[in-house]
Amino acid sequence: MRRHEWLIEKVLFISAAMAILVIALITVFVVAEGMPLFQNYSLWKFLSGLEWDPNGYVFGIFPMIIGSFYVTLGALILGVPVAVACAVFLAEYAPAWMTRILRPAIELLAGIPSVIFGFWGLVVVVDLIRDHAPGRGLSIVAASIVLAVMILPTVINISEDAIRAVPRSFKEGSLALGATHWQTIRSVILPAARSGILAAIVLGMGRAIGETMAVIMVAGNSPKLALSIWEPVRTLTANVALEMGYAAGDHYRALFATGIVLFIIIMLLNSLIGILPKKAGDER
Amino acid sequence: MRRALKIEETIVKIFLWASVILVFACLFAILFDILKQGLPYVTWEFLTAYPEDMGREGGIFPAIVGTIYVVAVSIIVAAPIGILSATYLTEYSRDNAVVRAIRFATDTLAGVPSIIFGLFGLAFFVIFCGLGWSVLSGGLTLAIMVLPTIVRTTEEAIKSVPRAYREGSMALGATKWQTVYKVVLPSAMPGIVTGIVLSIGRSVGETAAVLFTVGGSLFIPHSIFEPANMLSLHLYKLVSEGISFEMGYATASVLIIMILIINITANYLMRRLTAKRLGSGNA
Repeated sequence: MRRHEWLIEKVLFISAAMAILVIALITVFVVAEGMPLFQNYSLWKFLSGLEWDPNGYVFGIFPMIIGSFYVTLGALILGVPVAVACAVFLAEYAPAWMTRILRPAIELLAGIPSVIFGFWGLVVVVDLIRDHAPGRGLSIVAASIVLAVMILPTVINISEDAIRAVPRSFKEGSLALGATHWQTIRSVILPAARSGILAAIVLGMGRAIGETMAVIMVAGNSPKLALSIWEPVRTLTANVALEMGYAAGDHYRALFATGIVLFIIIMLLNSLIGILPKKAGDER
Repeated sequence: MRRALKIEETIVKIFLWASVILVFACLFAILFDILKQGLPYVTWEFLTAYPEDMGREGGIFPAIVGTIYVVAVSIIVAAPIGILSATYLTEYSRDNAVVRAIRFATDTLAGVPSIIFGLFGLAFFVIFCGLGWSVLSGGLTLAIMVLPTIVRTTEEAIKSVPRAYREGSMALGATKWQTVYKVVLPSAMPGIVTGIVLSIGRSVGETAAVLFTVGGSLFIPHSIFEPANMLSLHLYKLVSEGISFEMGYATASVLIIMILIINITANYLMRRLTAKRLGSGNA
């Protein structure tokens, strides 16, 4: 009997340890496929090169690093205010009937596949931009709008949790001092929930940087440095997805190396969340 | 002063309501646009026929079957590992370096972009393990991707099982595993199933992770070692290669309807779970 229990505990442990194994395998395999590029090609030229021409053996991903940065920044500028407002509304103002319909709506938005967002972006957002702005519509703006919608659920849910985690006594104290509901939210609740909301924004950022299918369909994918927000842009993710189907040799390795850069950016963002204090009140 | 405050509060309220309405508007704009243009093309024939002329004509039957196969593989692999892993983390683990490493790995895995999973699937399953472009390669890649979701939801579900259940079982002389297996896991089942349903939803719609792993064949796979097509992949090809927007709309509609059904199921399970917990709280 005791032996039986011991065996089960080991099986459970091995299942749990799979996560470590998988992360290790992902790191090893992506790095092993990408790293050999730098035996033939300088790392500096790869990261800072302004030109991407696989046929001419030129692999510069600087425009894509900037491209990922642009669309992510755009998504945050457009998405975060709306998302935080939604979170404040849900946590502080929403009548019960509103919560009952808003929450499933947000869940559904989170469940819509990225390829559908991309398709909708292409047929609606890109068309709108083409009709009302310079360029062909496939642009930084289009990608930013689509990504902004996609990160809404992440930012709303985590911000709302952060706002709800603020101790009741903070709010009651403020109200008892004669502050109005809004004054309390602005001066007490939001500052107390600050780190949680920041974590939500960082997670949203991670989602935006890592998003592939939606961006690929609306961003235009030109591997040149974009000079205006109405110009097409190629992100790191798009670079991998677009060319992996037919790449070989150093081109193949350069795409994996693009993946390594993306992976490192995501890991840095993740560790940023670890640094943020976890809950309101922890800073006291 | 008072007056300025009043104006500020009105502006804030308007902004909050406007944000909420905007979120609704986005959701409905997406659903309405796609279903309106796509549903007229979704006929019985479209669902049961093979694609013709690269997808310009015909149907999406192989993509539907392929989606089901690949998602089935991913859940069959990820669900047991995820549930056992969560059981270990909540019921067995002590807080030590290994457990912290496991948690860190699970959290990291949840944040990895799907295209990285795709790259890994290509390098590891397709090439290194020699599985080629196949249902199995795609399914295993998706399994890794949804593992953190299953672990997290199962952990939440297990944590919500009242302590008294465990104590009661232990007091009756059951061993730890007997308690976990016969008492804790059954009580946590609705939550676990919700997690699995959510994972199915994520797998069904995933594209980037299967782009270089399932192959994208136009036929129905006869075994898990053969390449397959998926709805998401089919939609991407139709649109990105400019093959047919009508067929794209129709495929997107089918995908959206599947996601709607999955979401409603998850919601229903969640609500039953909450209702049950409230019920036991009153007793």
